Amino acid sequence: MSDIKDIIKDENLVYKKTKVLTDNVMHYCPGCSHGVVHKLVAEVIEEMGIQEKTIGISPVGCSVLAYNYLDIDWQEAAHGRAPALATAVNRLHPEKYVFTYQGDGDLASIGTAEIMHACNRGENIVVIFINNAIYGMTGGQMAPTTLEGMKTATSPYGRDIKLNGHPLIITELIAQLPGTSYVTRQAVHTPAAVRKCKKAIRKAFENIGQKKGTSFVEVVSTCNSGWKLSPVKSNEWMVENMFPVYKPGDLKDE
Amino acid sequence: MTEEIIIAGFGGQGVLSMGKILAYSGIMQDQEVAWMPSYGPEMRGGTANVTVILSDNRISSPVLQEFDTVIILNQQSMDKFEKAVKPGGVLIYDPNGIVRHPKRKDITIYKVEAAEEATRMQSAKTFNMIVLGAYLKVRPIVKMENVIKGLEKSLPERHHHLIPLNKQAIDRGMEIVKEA
Amino acid sequence: MAEYKLMKGNEVIAEAAIRCGCDAYFGYPITPQSEILETLTLRQPWLETGMVVLQAESEVAAINMVYGGAACGKKVMTSSSSPGISLKQEGITYLAGAELPCLVVNVVRGGPGLGTIQPAQSDYFQSVKGGGHGDYKLIVLAPASVQEMNDFVDLGFELAFKYRNPALILSDGVIGQMMEKVKLSPVKPRWTNEEVIKLNGSWATTGKTADRPRNVATSLELDSARQEQFNHKLQAKYKEIQEKEVRFEKIACDDAEYLFVAYGSSSRICQKAIDLAREKGIKVGLLRPITLFPYPTKAIQEMAEKVKGILAVEMSAGQMVEDVRLAVNGKVKVEHFGRFGGMIPSPNEVVKALEDLIIKG
Repeated sequence: MSDIKDIIKDENLVYKKTKVLTDNVMHYCPGCSHGVVHKLVAEVIEEMGIQEKTIGISPVGCSVLAYNYLDIDWQEAAHGRAPALATAVNRLHPEKYVFTYQGDGDLASIGTAEIMHACNRGENIVVIFINNAIYGMTGGQMAPTTLEGMKTATSPYGRDIKLNGHPLIITELIAQLPGTSYVTRQAVHTPAAVRKCKKAIRKAFENIGQKKGTSFVEVVSTCNSGWKLSPVKSNEWMVENMFPVYKPGDLKDE
Repeated sequence: MTEEIIIAGFGGQGVLSMGKILAYSGIMQDQEVAWMPSYGPEMRGGTANVTVILSDNRISSPVLQEFDTVIILNQQSMDKFEKAVKPGGVLIYDPNGIVRHPKRKDITIYKVEAAEEATRMQSAKTFNMIVLGAYLKVRPIVKMENVIKGLEKSLPERHHHLIPLNKQAIDRGMEIVKEA
Repeated sequence: MAEYKLMKGNEVIAEAAIRCGCDAYFGYPITPQSEILETLTLRQPWLETGMVVLQAESEVAAINMVYGGAACGKKVMTSSSSPGISLKQEGITYLAGAELPCLVVNVVRGGPGLGTIQPAQSDYFQSVKGGGHGDYKLIVLAPASVQEMNDFVDLGFELAFKYRNPALILSDGVIGQMMEKVKLSPVKPRWTNEEVIKLNGSWATTGKTADRPRNVATSLELDSARQEQFNHKLQAKYKEIQEKEVRFEKIACDDAEYLFVAYGSSSRICQKAIDLAREKGIKVGLLRPITLFPYPTKAIQEMAEKVKGILAVEMSAGQMVEDVRLAVNGKVKVEHFGRFGGMIPSPNEVVKALEDLIIKG
C-alpha cells in the first residue's frame, strides 16, 4: 500500500482550492448552496486576476460571515442595505469590482427599496442573489420567496396567499429596470448547473469591466436544514417545486 | 450701533431679497449681520417676514420680539407687528391694502406709497426697492455706495443691468416717504 | 473684508463640504435642510473636485451609502432633519460599531413624529445618549452661528477620522435657515487614493493587496467575550474624547451671580437675554457647550461653585438640563426653561424665566 505522501504530488494534482478562498472552516450546513456559490465567486475573482480590485458587500443572513471565506476586502452591511453600500463604493471607486451577496430575506424583503433603486440607477456592480425561499440563519422562518403552501417556522400550516401574499418573483421585476444589463437565474444542484452558474458569474463580473451597469445573478438554492430534508432530497424538491415558479435561464442579456 | 429690523408682507413682494440687500450692505461697511426668515408653507403665497440685524458688535439673538424698525407691507403683518416696535422706534408701512392703520403714539410712523409708485414706474419688481429707499431715508444706517455694492453681491450677474433701475427706485422711495 | 459672504447656514454646510475635500455626500430632501442637497447639486462639485453627490432613495439608503463610502476610508457625509435622522439611526449605530468616520448633519425640527418644520432642539437625547441601539457615542458639535456651520464641517471630519467615529453636527432650523456673514474655509484638495491608503489603509476597504490581510468593515462579533472586549475599547475611546475634546464658550461669566447654560440657537437668545437682564441689574452669564458629547461637565461644575442658580435654556421639554443637573450634583438650583414644538423662546421670556424660576423661585 502506498503512503499518502506518495500520492500528494504536483503531477497528480487534478483539482485545487482557489487561493481566494481562505482556510477558514465554513459554518454552512452540509449540503447548503452557499459554499458552492462562494467557491464559484472566488474562482472567478482568481481567474480574472481581480483580487486586489474586488470589494464584497456581505448581507445579514446565513452569509453574514462571507467575509471569513473570501480573501478580499469586505464591508458587512445592515440587513437589506448592501446595494446602498455598493452604490457608494462604486461611485467612489469606479475602477473596482464591487459585488453584493444577498439572500432572499435581505434582498427581496427588507432591502427591496435598496436593490430596486441600485439596479434602476444601473450601478456598475454585480448582485449575487441566493434564493432558498426561507430565512436560514434565524431558524427557518417564512421568506418573501417562500412558495405557496410551504411550511416554515412562521407559516407552520403552509404559506397562505390570502394571509401572506404571493411569493415575490423579484428577479423578473429587476429585469425590467433599464439600469440592469444582465439578469439571469441559475442553480448549483448538479455539476452541469454549477459550471453554467460559474459562467454566469464570470460574465457578470466581466460586465463590470465593460461598464455595463448592474448584473444580477439569482441562484435558486436549497436550505436542507430549514426545509427539513436531506441534501439530496432538497435538490429534488427544488427542481420539482422551486423551478416551476423560479424558472432557470437568462432573463436579460444586453 | 445695532439696528434690529423686521420686514413683513406677502410672499412675492420681495421681502426676503430686500432684507438680503440690506444685510449685504452691512457687510460692505464691515458690520456684523444676520438675516432670519420665516420659512415653510408661509413662503408659498402667504405671509413672509424677515428679521435683519446690523451691528458693530457680535450679534446675539436672531429671533426677537421687538424691533427698532418695523416695515409692514400688508394688513396681517400690521396686526401682528405694530406692537413689536420698541417704544421710540420706527414703523414704516405702505397704506395700499391697509384698512386698520397704526395707532401707536410712542413711535414714529412713516408711510410710503410703494405699490402705487411701482405701478407708476411700470415695474412691479421695483416695489421692494422703493420700500428700501423709504427705510434708508428714515434710518440712514448704510451708505448708498454700500447699498449698490450690496445689490451687486446679492443679484446674480445676469441681473446686474437692473441695478440702475433699482437705484432709481431707491431714490424714489427716499423722495416719497412721509411721516404719517 | 471682501472674503466675507452672506450665506444661509445650510448653504454653508454644502460649500464647506466641497472646500474641506469631502469625497461624497448622500442625502434625501427634508425641510428645513433641503438647501444642502440643492446647493450641492447646483454647484456640481463632481466637475471641480470629483466629489460625489447623490440623492438617495431614502434616508435609510443615504446613511448606508455613507457606510459604504466611509468604509473605503473616504470623507463622506449626509444631512437630514429630525424624522430623517431617526431613519438613519440604524446606519449610525452600524457606523459606530464598525468604527467608521463620517459626518452627519441634523438640522433639527420639532417633533415627535412628523411634528413641525420649525426649529427645535428636541433631538438632544437622541444625539448624545445613543439614538440607535448599543453602547456607543457620537462626537456632537453644536454650531451657534453660520460661521460655525462652516468651521464644524472640517472640524467634524477631523475628529471623526482622529477617533474613527461618526461625528454629528447638531444644528436647527434657525441656524440652517439664517443668513450671516461668513468667511469660508480655504479649499483643501480631496485625498488621493494613495493618500487614503497611507492614512487609512490599515482598516479601509481599498482592495486587498498581497502585503496585508483583508480589511473588513463590520460591527458583527458573535463571540460575546470578544464583543465585550470591543465594547471596552469603544468606552476607552469615548473616555479619551471626553478628556481631550471638550469645547465650550463662556460669556459674561466673570461677575455672574446666575448662569444660563444653552447651546446652538438657544445660546444666541441667551446672549440677548444677558443684555436685557443686566439692564435690570441681574448679573447673569452664559456657558455655551460647543461639544455636546463630550459635554463640558467640569466647566459647569466650576461655575456651580460661583453662582446662585442655573437656568438651562433649550428648545425642548428639558433634555440637556439633565446633564447640567448631573454636573451640578445638587450644589445649586438648576431649572429648565424652553419652548418647543417649533416655538422659539424670546430673550424677554428667558429673562422672565430666570427671575421666576431661579431668582424668586
